[in-house]
Amino acid sequence: MAAVRTSGEIALNRLAIVGVLIVTLIFLAPIYWIASTAFKPRNLATTIPPTVVFEPEISPFVKLFTKRSQIRQAPTPEVYEAAPWWERMIYDGGEKVVRSGRGEVQLSGYPSRFMNSLIVAITSTVLAVGMGTFTAYGFSRFKVKGEADLLFFILSTRMLPPVVVAIPMFLMYRAVGLNDTHWGLIILYTAFNLSFSVWLMKGFIDEIPKEYEEAALVDGYTRMEAFFKIVLPEAATGIAATAVFCFITAWNEYAFALIMTNRRAQTAPPFIPSQVGSGLPDWTVIAAGTFLFLLPVAIFTFLLRNHLLRGMSFGAIRK
Amino acid sequence: MATAVMTSLNPASRAAARGMSDLSIRNLFIIPTILFLIVFNIFPLLYSLYYSFTDFRASTNAAGNFVGLQNYRELLNDPFIWSNFAITAKYVIVSVTGQVLVGFGVALLLNRHIPFKGLLTTLLLLPMMLSMAVVGLFWKLLYDPSFGIINYALGLGTFEWLANPDMALYAVAITDIWMWSPFVMLLSLAGLSAVPKHLYEAAAIDRAGSFYTFFRITLPLVAPILMIAIIFRTMEAFKTFDLAYILTSQPTTEVISIRLYKMAFQEWQTGRSCALAYIVLIMVIAITNIYVKYLNKVKER
Repeated sequence: MAAVRTSGEIALNRLAIVGVLIVTLIFLAPIYWIASTAFKPRNLATTIPPTVVFEPEISPFVKLFTKRSQIRQAPTPEVYEAAPWWERMIYDGGEKVVRSGRGEVQLSGYPSRFMNSLIVAITSTVLAVGMGTFTAYGFSRFKVKGEADLLFFILSTRMLPPVVVAIPMFLMYRAVGLNDTHWGLIILYTAFNLSFSVWLMKGFIDEIPKEYEEAALVDGYTRMEAFFKIVLPEAATGIAATAVFCFITAWNEYAFALIMTNRRAQTAPPFIPSQVGSGLPDWTVIAAGTFLFLLPVAIFTFLLRNHLLRGMSFGAIRK
Repeated sequence: MATAVMTSLNPASRAAARGMSDLSIRNLFIIPTILFLIVFNIFPLLYSLYYSFTDFRASTNAAGNFVGLQNYRELLNDPFIWSNFAITAKYVIVSVTGQVLVGFGVALLLNRHIPFKGLLTTLLLLPMMLSMAVVGLFWKLLYDPSFGIINYALGLGTFEWLANPDMALYAVAITDIWMWSPFVMLLSLAGLSAVPKHLYEAAAIDRAGSFYTFFRITLPLVAPILMIAIIFRTMEAFKTFDLAYILTSQPTTEVISIRLYKMAFQEWQTGRSCALAYIVLIMVIAITNIYVKYLNKVKER
């Protein structure tokens, strides 16, 4: 916009600032509500009027990580005293921790599902960005017959509704025993992210001047050396931005995870909703699980904000 | 092919010749990706094309019988399937319109002299970075008629969002608008920042009103990028599964992806669901083509 000049413009600008602040508050309110509910005692989670000021607790997280059962009778004072502080918290909530025959604390399903999410998202991101970077370089620097068609083919693989691909993939996976395995999901997410990775990386690599490598070739580097020592470091920002996008997609994916996994390799997105069950759900525990799950992506978004803005609008501006 | 660089006398290519040839590097870099995508995208599609002509059920081990076009004929004559498509269309229109209005509106506001613009933009991007399924689950609490914060904030008493068949689809769309308006906002911002400033200065000299400036300068120049945002969002909204599936189980929110999921993995009508998947696929391709044609028209102007 042109520089602010008239008093009318200044008033309009003030109005815009107020508008932006209100919109931002509205957009962040649900996220704030998730975060605050994750630290509430259970009885304050569903009060009307909503509880805004409260003493934060970590009992939702303790409950999230442990396997619990309803207590039939209140613990005797000796048992209560002997229990560690975090178990007392659960007693107070009307539940107790389930222990194995040898007295070991039983973990809930959440930690393993969270680990599955990490394994699947990180591995598929590395594969998608790695393959995508190589392919993007190939398209960017060499002449390829039918380049536009091939690139369109690569992009078109992303247009399909996941459920459409899921049916034959489910049958294929069942035939080769990839159902409910980490690799099954990793391969799917890699295939899903690869198209995106190629397109985004091609944009970034196109921007690196060809002269850099040509100079390196004159200096006696081989093409491969020039790629690894000159192009890759130059493309580091683009690789980081692409990796975050791929990670976010794989981390958040729901439909395939729901269909292709059930126990061993299940990730958190289908697991957290399945814990609601019937009856009154404990929203503090759900909020704690949601909060922990959203945390990595929120941190990523904040750390890489400048690259994200550039990376996201990139493809669109260039066309 | 232009990869006969070996014969050129360019010193750079001669140095490179010590390593692998450009041709083999190119193939090494490109072919695995293409093969990977063929195996995991094209092959499954052909596989399901075959099944769409059978009455195969994945819950039994019996091989399906070839039934020709029967699945397609039955699906296209099934009024329930058409109602699923109608629900999907309604959902797409409501949520994409909402996202464009909110997203573009916020972008117009942000395109002024706003302090902490970068920080505010990043904060506004957060919803679209989160998991639709997990966030959708939590919106159930926000929508709760007796203790949800939405009813409290809007003073709606015990208004039903999700249990009300007429409201449920709009409730899903509102959550979708919350998640994806930031995407439209981001692309719009990119478009707005690309509008040459001298056009506004010229308009100011001509004493053009802000209404005229907006419709004659801003909108036409941002239109192509806005169109790209609309294409992306329409495709995604058409594919919607998680949000609607998690938030409600109303018949009025059964978009086509949910119907497809139920047919395939709850009723185990594998052959029939493959046929439906193909009908959906053809629709997606058709819609994309219409949009791309329209986009090219917008660009030419």
